[in-house]
Amino acid sequence: MKYNWNWHIFFEPSPNGTGNYLDMLLSGLVLTIETALLAWIIALVIGTIVGVMRTLPSKTASAIGFCYVEFFRNIPLLVQLFLWFFVLPELLPRSAGLWLKQMPNAPFWTASIGVGLFMSVRVAEQLRAGIGSLPRGQKMAATALGLTTTQAYRYVLLPIAFRVILPPLTSEFLSTIKNTSVAITIGLIELTGQARAMQEFSFQVFEAFTAATVLYLLINLVVVIGMRLLERQVAIPGYISGK
Amino acid sequence: MFSNFDFDVIRRSLPYLFLDGMTFTLTLTALSAVGGLVFGTALALMRLSGFKLLGRIAGLYVDLMRSLPLVLVIFWFYFLVPYIGQWLTGASRPIRVGAFTSSLVTFIMFEAAYFSEIMRAGIQSISKGQPAAASALGLTYSQSMRYIVLPQAFRNMLPVLLTQTIVLFQDTSLVYVLSIPDFLGAASKVAQRDGRLVEMYLFAAAVYFVISSLASYGVRRLQARIAIVR
Amino acid sequence: MIEISHVNKWYGPTFQVLKDCTTSIAKGEVVVVCGPSGSGKSTLIKCVNALEPFQEGQIVLDGIKVNDPKTDLPKLRARVGMVFQHFELFPHLRIIDNLCLAQEKVLGRSHAEAMAKGEKLLKRVGLTVHANKYPAELSGGQQQRVAIARALAMDPIAMLFDEPTSALDPEMISEVLDVMVDLAREGMTMMVVTHEMGFARKVAHRVIFMDTGEIVEDAQKDDFFGSPRSERAQQFLSKILSH
Repeated sequence: MKYNWNWHIFFEPSPNGTGNYLDMLLSGLVLTIETALLAWIIALVIGTIVGVMRTLPSKTASAIGFCYVEFFRNIPLLVQLFLWFFVLPELLPRSAGLWLKQMPNAPFWTASIGVGLFMSVRVAEQLRAGIGSLPRGQKMAATALGLTTTQAYRYVLLPIAFRVILPPLTSEFLSTIKNTSVAITIGLIELTGQARAMQEFSFQVFEAFTAATVLYLLINLVVVIGMRLLERQVAIPGYISGK
Repeated sequence: MFSNFDFDVIRRSLPYLFLDGMTFTLTLTALSAVGGLVFGTALALMRLSGFKLLGRIAGLYVDLMRSLPLVLVIFWFYFLVPYIGQWLTGASRPIRVGAFTSSLVTFIMFEAAYFSEIMRAGIQSISKGQPAAASALGLTYSQSMRYIVLPQAFRNMLPVLLTQTIVLFQDTSLVYVLSIPDFLGAASKVAQRDGRLVEMYLFAAAVYFVISSLASYGVRRLQARIAIVR
Repeated sequence: MIEISHVNKWYGPTFQVLKDCTTSIAKGEVVVVCGPSGSGKSTLIKCVNALEPFQEGQIVLDGIKVNDPKTDLPKLRARVGMVFQHFELFPHLRIIDNLCLAQEKVLGRSHAEAMAKGEKLLKRVGLTVHANKYPAELSGGQQQRVAIARALAMDPIAMLFDEPTSALDPEMISEVLDVMVDLAREGMTMMVVTHEMGFARKVAHRVIFMDTGEIVEDAQKDDFFGSPRSERAQQFLSKILSH
């Protein structure tokens, strides 16, 4: 294999004139984290609502939840982003469409919302499974005490279910971070995008991608450790992982 | 709002979209699923083999792949495959690799990590009595794997493997970043050529939706049938 | 036929499951091994065909050392039949294929030969009509009879039974024991871990009583049931015979 490695490339000035290549990658890293965090908040909020809807006795609620999940699960994320970015502004009334198109940071908002909605389905499915795994007596006991359905979910079912699904949620959060890279296609220059840009400017392909790889591994590590700590924090003694 | 909707652009480009684009997508999906399953099963066997070093290597590979975004992995292999080809063939310079080969290698290597986790769970779900009964009958380790453990693991995990293949089908759309004309790439080409983004992307979304929904409905039916047999 | 001498086995550094076990089983002899749960009897029988490794001592099977690294274990195991507590039929194979697989893959018999042998043995255990069913479609007693037929299809020189009836519903125990009694009367060498003392009285030549990993009693049947010498064996017998 003949390839001229040049690890000093990171400290050479980048063509965008704001620093060296390392700065470029790090700014991508920051954007990846920002996009992923906003997307994750959206995914958690909507995912919780939809997940709960799917466990309600109401046929309508669970049917709406089902359709929502099917819609977002059966279209590739990339196509969804295209729908939000290219198609939606055209379908809205002219003024609203124009406002959307001229919005500053449009790729960032589109990516956060698009990835957030895409991931909300996964959160919803995890939560539905989590609630489904609880003994049926829990809900009955809560209702027997006089709690309303909302209160039963708020004070009994959700607090337990979220603890149960914390490990799978960790990997869904990691997926959220990884999925932000799809937004490279709508012009979001996040970590993968910056690595790609560095490769195009500097021709040092493998250094650029190695750096991005290392940074993604670091994010993963931080998230996994953080979630472990959280799991330990919220563990219920004697219940599941709360040893 | 659909007043200036041009349905004809879809009709005109149907042969290109399906004969070229969808054929590429489906071929890539099928071959990657098979290749990923074979390589993934090998990784799972390495991890369960009891040889520490072998298991460690396979584990690192799986963890690495699962930590990286697919887009980055696509870029990696796009640039790496020519060098691997050079190394394998002993050529004097990085060899030229076609779009299809490059994406096939990428998806096999990437999906293998996910398939390996599924097969590992499948193998571990089989009670220890099964391999014990197999070796009590005189079957060797590899015979026991081949005739007793793997067929059962595969059968138990079939719904999960198929669901992963549907995910893979959707993920192949990401070859868009290499400007490869898969189904989405073809749709996007027409969209940009004729300035018909709305029509083409809505149509592409509908096609992906119909295929994935039907496939996941099929998987649910299969799952229900398997559940009865057991 | 089976020589067990001074076998010691530990799980981990401190927990000893077998303590200096020594006994032997002659050709044509039927030996019943009994004892309370956790006494090591199942572990001992699994050591005989090396399904469980042991650290000290040796076991010789028909002149071949089981714990010799040079021994071709698959070949050795093929000559000793084993029947498990939970049957362990292969659920993805039809009954007849359960009987044929090892005949073809281990003994190298042709499919026709294996089928002929399989059908003969199915007839013998009275299950010919179920040949094309899957294991899950049979009752526990039927499955265990298939498991015995599967082991016999290999023309074993001896048979090991590891609690063959303890996972069965009471009404199915006798159909399995009948097959085993016939086998014993035909002169098969058998080592049987069981609590079925009726079976022991009927066909066993010797009874071994184990407790906490030790062979406490190893006596001719009539001596064992007549006047067991150890207090532990007496207690055990009175417990399982009193009802």
